[in-house]
Amino acid sequence: MTAPARTKIRVLIAKPGLDGHDRGAKVVARALRDAGCEVIYTGIRQTPEMIAEAALQEDVDVVGLSILSGAHLELFPRVVEELKKRDVDDVLLFCGGIIPDDDTKQLEDLGFQAVFRPGTDTREIVQFVYDNARVS
Amino acid sequence: MENIVERFLGGDRRALARVISRIENETPEGREYLREIYPRSGRAHTVGITGSAGAGKSTLTGALAAELRRREKTVGIIGVDPSSPFTHGAILGDRIRMQDLALDPGVFVRSMAGRGALGGLAPAINDVVATVEAFGFDYVLVETVGAGQDEVEIAGTTMTTVLVNNPGTGDDIQAMKAGILEIADVLVVNKADHPGADTLVSQLQGLLNLSPKDMRRPAIVKTVSTRGEGMDELIDAVADHRNYLETEGLLEGHRAKNARHQVLSIARAILLQRIQASTPDEQLDELVRRVGQRELDPHSAAEELANIVSG
Ligand SMILES: Nc1nc2c(ncn2[C@@H]2O[C@H](COP(=O)(O)OP(=O)(O)OP(=O)(O)O)[C@@H](O)[C@H]2O)c(=O)[nH]1
Ligand SMILES: [Mg+2]
Repeated sequence: MTAPARTKIRVLIAKPGLDGHDRGAKVVARALRDAGCEVIYTGIRQTPEMIAEAALQEDVDVVGLSILSGAHLELFPRVVEELKKRDVDDVLLFCGGIIPDDDTKQLEDLGFQAVFRPGTDTREIVQFVYDNARVS
Repeated sequence: MENIVERFLGGDRRALARVISRIENETPEGREYLREIYPRSGRAHTVGITGSAGAGKSTLTGALAAELRRREKTVGIIGVDPSSPFTHGAILGDRIRMQDLALDPGVFVRSMAGRGALGGLAPAINDVVATVEAFGFDYVLVETVGAGQDEVEIAGTTMTTVLVNNPGTGDDIQAMKAGILEIADVLVVNKADHPGADTLVSQLQGLLNLSPKDMRRPAIVKTVSTRGEGMDELIDAVADHRNYLETEGLLEGHRAKNARHQVLSIARAILLQRIQASTPDEQLDELVRRVGQRELDPHSAAEELANIVSG
């Protein structure tokens, strides 16, 4: 008999910007919890600094950003920059929300490995996390 | 990553975060790190904040930390939320109530899942508290949801235990039933802006009047955590408890008692692991089958198992 593996995938789900709708973010958080992840949920209206600081303190393996306000091209680069500033450079990044197809390339170049749009089956998100997270 | 323990000792917060993960995951590296930093723990005032779900523990922890920061104290916070017993996943949401502290370099907040089979306290909680202490914070606040046993356990981890109650919930009666009042060093009546706060205070006083005369009487503090009210009184009550332990010469005894509990429970886990590792599954299945069939009683079966390692 072997001892059970204690390591868990730790995920930060954060909502940058000013929009106050976090239903989507909560659905994703619950799906990941149900798949066995430890999900740190920080609530709405997070600044890029707050998100990066939470990622650092919580030592997460994955950061998922949810946004509906349309400010992603303004806010996401700042999140990435704040993460870099803190040497948090080994996390898996993904994002979701209302994001035009045309912006995908730019987000991928920033380091986001997946962009999920409204209506995505949460199983797809869970699969993505389990396939790509580098559990440290 | 070069020497992570050196970076930890140099005050690198990313190193602190990583060391906590290793220790929480009970990896061999984690054990090594803990061995190196453990001598530096034991200097902070550790405060357990417990009470039922939704009592306002996180809001109170945040407000308390904010007041401590005003007094130029540094604060480490560990928020423990239960893991799902089915999927072993967890949603850790205590940070939501601590947003004002998010960017304060004198504060470090870490969320932790219970990871316990019974949804209880995380097995590594003592080690993580020691780690956060060793980093050099003046205070380490540990939030746990109380479900009877956990409240008692957190009292074995921290120096001062704060029990958070709410008016109009019957918490006090529950507390008396579970014998939880005994573990509280400070009693908080949070949500004192709700009706019934003064009634609860007098009910708690009544309950305390029934406790043995030689027991220290915990302070009762009314708070409205959402507005930061009552935090001065709470800090005073928490400090009073530490002073009491110190002036009465009880601190050493308190530490020794906690240490004994920890060492014994770790030893118990090691022994259980050894028993399981040296018992083939078929042998265990067979023993269990015989107990199920009433051919053997559970005590004799357990003794047979234990003899495998000790005999
Ligand atoms: N009116 C009032 N509401 C409060 C007070 N303190 C906390 N709350 C509210 O109570 C709710 C729960 O607060 P939390 O701080 O999340 O409670 P908790 O005990 O940490 O909850 P869990 O960690 O989920 O067990 C929130 O909506 C808070 O805003 C208070 O003093 N007065
Ligand atoms: Mg809480």
